[in-house]
Amino acid sequence: MLSIKNLQANVDGKEILKGINLEVKAGEIHAIMGPNGSGKSTLANVLTGNKSYEVTGGEVFFESKNLLEMDPETRAREGMFLAFQYPIEIPGVSNATFLKTALNEVRKYHGEEELTPKEFLTMLKEKAKVLGMDETMISRYVNVGFSGGEKKRNEILQMLMLKPKFVLLDETDSGLDIDALKIVSSGVNIYKNPNTAFLVVTHYQRLLNYIVPDFVHVLYKGRIIKSGTKELALELEERGYDWLIAEQAEVV
Amino acid sequence: MNSKEFYIESFKTYESKLNGDSKSFLHQLRKDALKQFRETNFPTLRNEEWKYTDISSIVKLNFTPAINSTPERFTKEQINKFLFKDFDCHLLVFVNGIYSEELSLINNLQNGVVVGSLKKLAKENPSVIDSYIGKLSKIDNAFNALNTAYAVDGLVIVVPDGKILEKPIQVLYLNSSSDETMLASPRNLIVVGKNSQASVIANYRGISEKAYLNNSVTEIFIDEDAIINLYKIQNESDEAYHIEKVQATQKKNSVLNHYNITFGGAIVRNDINSVLDGENIETHYYGLYMINGKQHVDNHTFVDHAKPNCMSNELYKGILDDNARGVFNGKIIVRQDAQKTNAYQQNKTILLSKTATIDTKPQLEIFADDVKCSHGATVGHLDDVSEFYIRSRGVPQELAKSMLIRAFANDVIETIKIEPLKEQINHMIFEHLHKVEVGNE
Ligand SMILES: Nc1ncnc2c1ncn2[C@@H]1O[C@H](COP(=O)(O)OP(=O)(O)OP(=O)(O)O)[C@@H](O)[C@H]1O
Ligand SMILES: [Mg+2]
Repeated sequence: MLSIKNLQANVDGKEILKGINLEVKAGEIHAIMGPNGSGKSTLANVLTGNKSYEVTGGEVFFESKNLLEMDPETRAREGMFLAFQYPIEIPGVSNATFLKTALNEVRKYHGEEELTPKEFLTMLKEKAKVLGMDETMISRYVNVGFSGGEKKRNEILQMLMLKPKFVLLDETDSGLDIDALKIVSSGVNIYKNPNTAFLVVTHYQRLLNYIVPDFVHVLYKGRIIKSGTKELALELEERGYDWLIAEQAEVV
Repeated sequence: MNSKEFYIESFKTYESKLNGDSKSFLHQLRKDALKQFRETNFPTLRNEEWKYTDISSIVKLNFTPAINSTPERFTKEQINKFLFKDFDCHLLVFVNGIYSEELSLINNLQNGVVVGSLKKLAKENPSVIDSYIGKLSKIDNAFNALNTAYAVDGLVIVVPDGKILEKPIQVLYLNSSSDETMLASPRNLIVVGKNSQASVIANYRGISEKAYLNNSVTEIFIDEDAIINLYKIQNESDEAYHIEKVQATQKKNSVLNHYNITFGGAIVRNDINSVLDGENIETHYYGLYMINGKQHVDNHTFVDHAKPNCMSNELYKGILDDNARGVFNGKIIVRQDAQKTNAYQQNKTILLSKTATIDTKPQLEIFADDVKCSHGATVGHLDDVSEFYIRSRGVPQELAKSMLIRAFANDVIETIKIEPLKEQINHMIFEHLHKVEVGNE
């Protein structure tokens, strides 16, 4: 579904991604771990088309279309979705307006009818309920005054509404207490199917107990230095990154 | 003939057209104003109050006073598209500043409430207005003098004590010059008695390819415990010159909510002044100016805290694109007597292009020691991170920007108390934005 080849990217003229290679097939869940500043969020932003991140080399194909040539909205309509590490607050725009606008744009792109306000609201309430979200958040401004956990849930709510094919979760677990973590994970698990794929960025093994990955990759200084199965995450939990970094140094 | 001579000369023709009106009390006022006009020059950039607004393009043109010209005629169908709809209201229509009886619809007013045309009332019932007109507002400059000299008609609302007007009063000021460059001089008076309430929507529209000058003066008297909501929405053509001075006097416990929503003309200048002449008064100024092209909008506001324990709150927001230029000058005086004053002022602007500019200036003069005053001005651009967030959900860039702009305007718009009006203003903002965007990318 997603094929990343030798992807390189700069931020503010500084090289952050130094050649990422990754293949993700439909139905798979990949986890990306790695120390702070290793480039995980950069990868997520590059894949979703944030123009503050400059692609300097490599290519990315999403269902055999050249992803890097698309603007962010086209990527989204094609089915890319990023649950942001730090969701943005938008005072003055209600959650309902925001989601309705987005959903109708996505539907329009696929030649589907716009939802009636009633259909939209029914759908929104149903999804909010799955995530244990209070109905009042529907009319509140996007993420304004939301707690850290509420913001993360709101990202997952958007995912459930927009029904993307490829989902990037950037530390969606951070800031969640254990109950919220379970709810958010179950939201993801309900949604996951053989036609979707996930790239889950996290620092903690505990998320991976709920969202079980098929593959785990370690990103360090802009490169994937190790890939393995879910056992790798357990090992990282126990031993940290130092041994891997040392191993890496030997190779170089 | 320069424009000053032109207006002085035109006065003779105008007097000859006044017929019976020249005997009304108003006419003395007009003649005095003309005299003052003779002695005053139009302001220039050297004048502190007009330092950022170059009106030489107005002075270059001779605008024919509407009364001296053939009246423009419109049908109800033609004006319908300019009206705010979906709520019950009284409707008054002024074409180039002259009242149109057949286009207006005023029904079932409570006893003693006067809503109508200055021209008619000056003839039929001068006693309800003669103690206010020209008394609340002094002549500050040549434009005010010109308005008073040519004060033929305008809106008059007089609400006696203890009456609450349930229906808002919508006033359509339609300006149009098909043959010649036209001068409209609406002279408005709103008086609300003790414990009374009224809401007024001043809806300024222009439909002309030719230049015209709308030069209004609006006097407002708000007696004790009275409330006025005044919504001014100005949406005229790029050829329109629009000048208005609002002068309010507020008595104790009264509330003034003034909204000033501007979609621009060639030059728009608003002076909005209120004297808080009593205790426990509330004054709210809300402004939104949304301009593009070469439009120029200058808002001068003035809150004069004369007595203790009053509160004023001002929020002006600007959205400027292309080569548009905005000016905001917010003056607050807290006089020596006015202890325990709370006065707040904010001006926020977003610039959508590199060539749009804003000059913003707070002007606080505080002579009392026990007061709370604050002011702030910000100038910024649309936030890229927010724009990316919205686009990352499938919303196209243009719409994402428009959502952010509307969100920026929202804290002004959301305070509008008439729900359908609020929706329609939001819609105007939307239309305006999507028109603005066309030439942009
Ligand atoms: N918008 C930006 N402006 C400047 N530098 C940035 C920006 N975004 C990322 N960087 C820099 O790029 C590097 C990689 O950051 P990135 O956010 O991708 O790391 P990360 O792996 O997601 O870290 P964390 O685990 O802390 O979230 C860091 O050195 C960071 O300071
Ligand atoms: Mg990160």
